[in-house]
Amino acid sequence: MEKIKTLEILSPGLLSTVQDIGRFGFGRYGVASSGAVDKFSLRVGNILVGNRENEACLEVTLFGLKVRVITDTVIAITGADFDPYINDDKPLKMWTAHLLKKGDIISFRGLKSGCRSCLAIKGGISVPAVMESKSTNLPSGFGGLEGRPLKKGDIIYSDCTSPNKTGDVRSFPIDWIPHYSKEWTLQIIFGPQDEQFSEKSKDVFVKSIYNVSPKADRTGIRLTGPVIEKIPGAGESIISEGVISGAIQIPGDGQPIIILGETVTGGYRKIATVISADLALLGQLKPGDTVKFKQVSLDEAYMALQDVEDKMKRFKDGLFYDVANSSLSLSDTNI
Amino acid sequence: MHYDKPLYRIMGDCSLIVELGDKINPEINRRVSALTVLLEGNPLDGLMDIVPAYRSILVIYQPLKINVRALKKWIDGMEEKVMEIHLPEPETIDIPVVYGGRYGPDLEWVSQYHKITPEEVIRLHTVNTYHVYMIGFTPGFPYMGELPEELETPRKETPRTEIPEGSVGIAQRQTGIYPVVSPGGWQIIGCSPLNLFNPNHDPPALLKAGDMVRFSPIDEEDFRHWKK
Repeated sequence: MEKIKTLEILSPGLLSTVQDIGRFGFGRYGVASSGAVDKFSLRVGNILVGNRENEACLEVTLFGLKVRVITDTVIAITGADFDPYINDDKPLKMWTAHLLKKGDIISFRGLKSGCRSCLAIKGGISVPAVMESKSTNLPSGFGGLEGRPLKKGDIIYSDCTSPNKTGDVRSFPIDWIPHYSKEWTLQIIFGPQDEQFSEKSKDVFVKSIYNVSPKADRTGIRLTGPVIEKIPGAGESIISEGVISGAIQIPGDGQPIIILGETVTGGYRKIATVISADLALLGQLKPGDTVKFKQVSLDEAYMALQDVEDKMKRFKDGLFYDVANSSLSLSDTNI
Repeated sequence: MHYDKPLYRIMGDCSLIVELGDKINPEINRRVSALTVLLEGNPLDGLMDIVPAYRSILVIYQPLKINVRALKKWIDGMEEKVMEIHLPEPETIDIPVVYGGRYGPDLEWVSQYHKITPEEVIRLHTVNTYHVYMIGFTPGFPYMGELPEELETPRKETPRTEIPEGSVGIAQRQTGIYPVVSPGGWQIIGCSPLNLFNPNHDPPALLKAGDMVRFSPIDEEDFRHWKK
């Protein structure tokens, strides 16, 4: 497919990478899933600009990204609110598709809420898929743009699609935009090794407030707070096994670590796991925030996930319906 | 011993650990390989990934497509056929290694720890053929065992933040090779010029669970030759 230059990176900020929905099916080779930490924002962003929802976006961490538009294009910014502006004078409404003109400059002015913003571009990001995914695997340096974070001067290419000429604006329903507080409650299911922690420790785990430490990145989020103790006689570690995003491991110091998508196996005990419906929130936790855990049942977890997927479907269906009579055609990008 | 029936451990609402035994041994690990083959060969719609490990398999699924009851039933059914399946004869792969010096900065420490010569450490490391139990930790990293008892060595007290690619490490009765630059706490006794992971190859990893590995000592000149 023909590629067009869409964005030039003027400043990459703290950490900006190319991420899609993730790399699945390669765990047996020790390859972690990577992908956007906040997949909800990724999917919505893609739908807003008319991409397939699993397409790659720019994942922007905390601050500093500045880009220049090279070719007229449609973009959307979802996820964390870093106070985005167009051309220094016009605030850019989040969770909304915008038609941008050649020469426009997008900048992030500050940190209002959340930790990771997602910048979706119509036509996606043209980088080769490595093991079926465009996501950047940062620890091992492959995927995305040459396996590395974006740097000044990088050019982002997108697949050529017919750009929206009318400036037709699509927004995600305001009521459905997630609210990012600094005090989080994450729903968890106990397991896989919860029986190796005392009842008292499990009680401490769900009744305490934990702090997000500065040691938080795409590999995991280290928390500090009341110590979780394993039962007497349990060894320092377990026999290594596969792990997933959201599993909460307890290393020797008793301080929980929430595993994220750059980890594929591990030898620490996991007391509990964050439910799928809340996984996207993990992308928005930042150092200094607080976390409480709330135990739910498997059925409650499925209901919560069903609710998220229903909203996503209703949003998509509504968009497709509207689009039938507008110029923001989705059909030509869903190739 | 392997368990009579798989032990299921729920890891959230979209993954399940299927545990087949209580320790690290080749017999349990071969059951893991056999069950992995069966699961892959008869997949359910909504399956995302299957990650075999020492004595367990992580099954990742889409919960709105498969419920956990159906998943367990499927796995139970496959587990009953584990003895019927004939795994292919394991491949034996020779891994050339330069031991000691800047290639193996911990060789000296390991020999002092065991009060043997560095040459004896090398001899002990190359005498066994190792079973690859699993690939994990980083892309392509093989967990292999068992080291001869005389070579059982603790991890480093302070892990290194950066270990060069190809480094060969030992820890307890295990040995492994770091395919990509990464942090790590194993004692590094040598380095292999082989490329153990290439994201653009299919399969991307040189080794897979079930393979057998032999180490053979080479010198620096051989190493440079291999690298060319």
